[in-house]
Amino acid sequence: MLSIFLVFGAIFLFCISGLQAYLFSPQSQTGQKITVVLMMLGAFAGISGVALVIASPDAVSMNIPWTLPWSRFSVKIDHLGCVFLLPVFIVPALGSIYAIGYWNQKLHPENGQRLGAFFGLLAGSMALLVIAHDSVLFMIAWEVMAISAFFAATVEDDSLQVRHAGLVYLIATHIGTMFLLAMFALWRYTTGSFELNPMQSDSSAVAGTLFILAVIGFGFKAGLMPLHVWLPGAHANAPSHVSAVMSAVMLKMGIYGIVRMTSLFPSVELWWGGMLVIIGAVTGIAGIAFAIGQQDIKRILAYSSIENIGIILLGLGCALVGKYYGSVSIMAIALGGTLLHVWNHSIFKSLLFMNAGAVIHAVHSRDIEMMGGLGKRMPLTMLLFVTGAVAICALPPLNGFISEWLIYIGFFQTLDVGNTRSFTAIPLGVVALAAIGPLAIACFVKMLGTVFLGNERSSGSGHAHDPSLSMLIPMSALVALCLFIGLFPIIPLNIIRNAVFVWIGQSALELPLSMTISLGWISWISAALLLSAAGLLLLFKNKLWRKTDKKIETWSCGYSAPTRKMQYSGSSFGDSIVKLLRFMLQPSDHEPKNSLYFPKKSSFKTGVPDTVLDKLVLPVFHLAGHYFPMVRVFQRGHIHMYVLYILIIVLVLFVLGR
Amino acid sequence: MIEIALHVLLLLVMPPFLLGVINKTKAWFGGRKGVPFLQVYYDIFKLFRKGMVFSVTTTWIFRVGPLVTITVLLIAGLLIPMGSFNAPISFTGDLILFAYLFGLSRFFTTAAALDTGSSFEGMGAAREVTFACFSEPALFFAFLVLAKISGTLSLTPMLHGPLNEYSAIVAAPLVLIAIGVFIVLLAESCRIPVDDPNTHLELTMIHEVMVLDHSGPLFGVITYASSIKLFVLSALLLHIMLPFQLDQVWLNWILFVVEMVGIAVIIGVTESVMARLQLLHIPYLLISALLFCAFGFILLIR
Repeated sequence: MLSIFLVFGAIFLFCISGLQAYLFSPQSQTGQKITVVLMMLGAFAGISGVALVIASPDAVSMNIPWTLPWSRFSVKIDHLGCVFLLPVFIVPALGSIYAIGYWNQKLHPENGQRLGAFFGLLAGSMALLVIAHDSVLFMIAWEVMAISAFFAATVEDDSLQVRHAGLVYLIATHIGTMFLLAMFALWRYTTGSFELNPMQSDSSAVAGTLFILAVIGFGFKAGLMPLHVWLPGAHANAPSHVSAVMSAVMLKMGIYGIVRMTSLFPSVELWWGGMLVIIGAVTGIAGIAFAIGQQDIKRILAYSSIENIGIILLGLGCALVGKYYGSVSIMAIALGGTLLHVWNHSIFKSLLFMNAGAVIHAVHSRDIEMMGGLGKRMPLTMLLFVTGAVAICALPPLNGFISEWLIYIGFFQTLDVGNTRSFTAIPLGVVALAAIGPLAIACFVKMLGTVFLGNERSSGSGHAHDPSLSMLIPMSALVALCLFIGLFPIIPLNIIRNAVFVWIGQSALELPLSMTISLGWISWISAALLLSAAGLLLLFKNKLWRKTDKKIETWSCGYSAPTRKMQYSGSSFGDSIVKLLRFMLQPSDHEPKNSLYFPKKSSFKTGVPDTVLDKLVLPVFHLAGHYFPMVRVFQRGHIHMYVLYILIIVLVLFVLGR
Repeated sequence: MIEIALHVLLLLVMPPFLLGVINKTKAWFGGRKGVPFLQVYYDIFKLFRKGMVFSVTTTWIFRVGPLVTITVLLIAGLLIPMGSFNAPISFTGDLILFAYLFGLSRFFTTAAALDTGSSFEGMGAAREVTFACFSEPALFFAFLVLAKISGTLSLTPMLHGPLNEYSAIVAAPLVLIAIGVFIVLLAESCRIPVDDPNTHLELTMIHEVMVLDHSGPLFGVITYASSIKLFVLSALLLHIMLPFQLDQVWLNWILFVVEMVGIAVIIGVTESVMARLQLLHIPYLLISALLFCAFGFILLIR
């Protein structure tokens, strides 16, 4: 019981953390500092509550009646929920520290309070969402989360771009909510209760419908291709610590929904897993391909979040296939990798978004083509970025590799090694992962090279410098987590293991022994890799060779007047991949028109817009706006009219329902 | 213990010799006498005695690039079995680590190239990351085939093949992935028809142009590392092409060395009889490698 009260305390502290700032003057930073204290207290309470649950073998729950009809105030913290609760407590708390330097109340008196208030509410509602055991409470928390994310992400609503991105987000999230309402209605119709207890009867048709509704409804939030349309714009235009929380934690709430719902069905079909593997492969490959084409530093990260959601779905799909075949080993390994990737992505993506925020703070632009050479002015920021980039590319020795490794093993096991029959075409998930890997490397090398390496491309970066401690501390904490999970993967996997068994519905099984041995090897090799690379660097730094190092300009192949503008730009770096994937990315090139004899001043513009949003969704909405103006008759703008509509609909339902 | 010592010794000493063999083969085809077999060793030693020149544009990434690459390739070399002997490090799932170690080296090599701020090096880096998008999935298709045939997920038993005889059904898939892996080997170790290691013509090269600004000992490290890469990938291919072994344990070491030299000769012959492909056509070659491996997989699980 104590654990539940601790988590309630955390939710309460999170929710009020920003509100108290309204008591102070908008020009004073006192409120913001109290916010950090409250968030830290909340995180501490929440993490201790979660730790109590993790230490105990059983879930804790609370079930009391409340005034809403047909449902009870029912919460439950089980091991699966704990896995999703930890990022909810850690990332926003770090984000609030970051906000002191990034969104200083003194410099933003007009919207700082609003940002703080909705930031806390967003974090609190996500924690409530994870512990909700009743779908009515779940939907309440879901909506509070969606709305507070909207208000937190659109604080700079004097800009048209921000308002546009916010509107797209608001529409997308409510279409998702619509599917979720349908799903929970069907859930209650089938099970007779709004409570999220495992389904008893086994009717596969209904289960299949529920599954599809869950994938679509939660998919809008998680950002599956092609339901991702809101994601790049909203992430790019939000303040960086809000982007960090949205990407690192809020997208995972969509994943949590799918994981939770799939754990409630007594049996699964083969096509469930197959469908998730296909969606995951498409989301992963298309997500990272779009990321390569972007020039906005935060849009790159947003698309890379889509890619990681794809990887998570691949793992979940593999686990579902394992469930269909009743293979505990596949389920344990694939779902373990999936849940670990949920953690890992929370860690390195919030690190990278905060890092992007530090860069934007320094150069006042989101366009990477205006940056360059920042590594010499912001050495610490670059070091943090390189760590995050290596982690997100799933390269050893950091944490991303561990989770992708587990998902790979899960897919390899679907080969059913040793037997003659394979599990259909599911092992091809290996190839999907192998295609995502090099694309991710291309994407993040492009980012590293264009932002931090080479020469400055504009004068804007002239006085850039490393950010203040309040921004460096949260990032360093996240880097430490990347290293910790990368070097000691067994410890987090022991926590995740219990969550996996909640999902499987069996208790207390060990990870297959060979996995533990392999992970031990990987730890040793990772440590050896780090140490030997560091050792070699020291050797070379300390002038092992007595010859002195010379410093000159970069060799320009004999050309006598190279300029900084002649560097390879980010777009040219990504161009060869973008051209190869032209059929999917649809890049928009505006070539200059040169008249032959008297060339005029001309310009060249290139970019990769979001194909689904620009070529499909917006045209459909415009067409709808064009052909359905008669519906506007109902939209009078008078609230009493809308109440009248509700009355009429209720009456109609009364008549029909009899 | 002796096996591990020999493995490490061969891994450290033999790789530059393979480059020497390739160069000798190419010289022989060209009707020239060619540089000595040991020329690459001389080059590396010479480079290690020189000073280094750094561009003022560069940061620590530029120095770290080659050092990470060599570390990573040596670790990858410890994962791959030589001939009939076991690799020093072998565990379930090491094949994924093997592939991702190459990814790590690619990350730092291309980042170091971009660190110079030169558009030539940028071009090389862009090509390198693009072509990897084909060669890596091809490699994983080959891994799928090998895992299915051998029934394990660890490189050593996987490359040593099944305990009993190969069944006839695996012959075609093995031939197909051998072709695919050979193309990947040519691409990854920058040989003709993908890349020409002998010229520095910036507009067409991939690997050589990325390291234009490295000099002295760091360039020596790069040369050494690229020979190790060739060695490790050849050892991988060797198992797919020639899974033979002899009764005498000691003869197997000699057999391994001879077979590796044989692969170097094959690479040399390939380089001699082919022209470098037009840059725009290289993706087609790599896609064909991907298709060879993919069809191998389909044949196997049909």
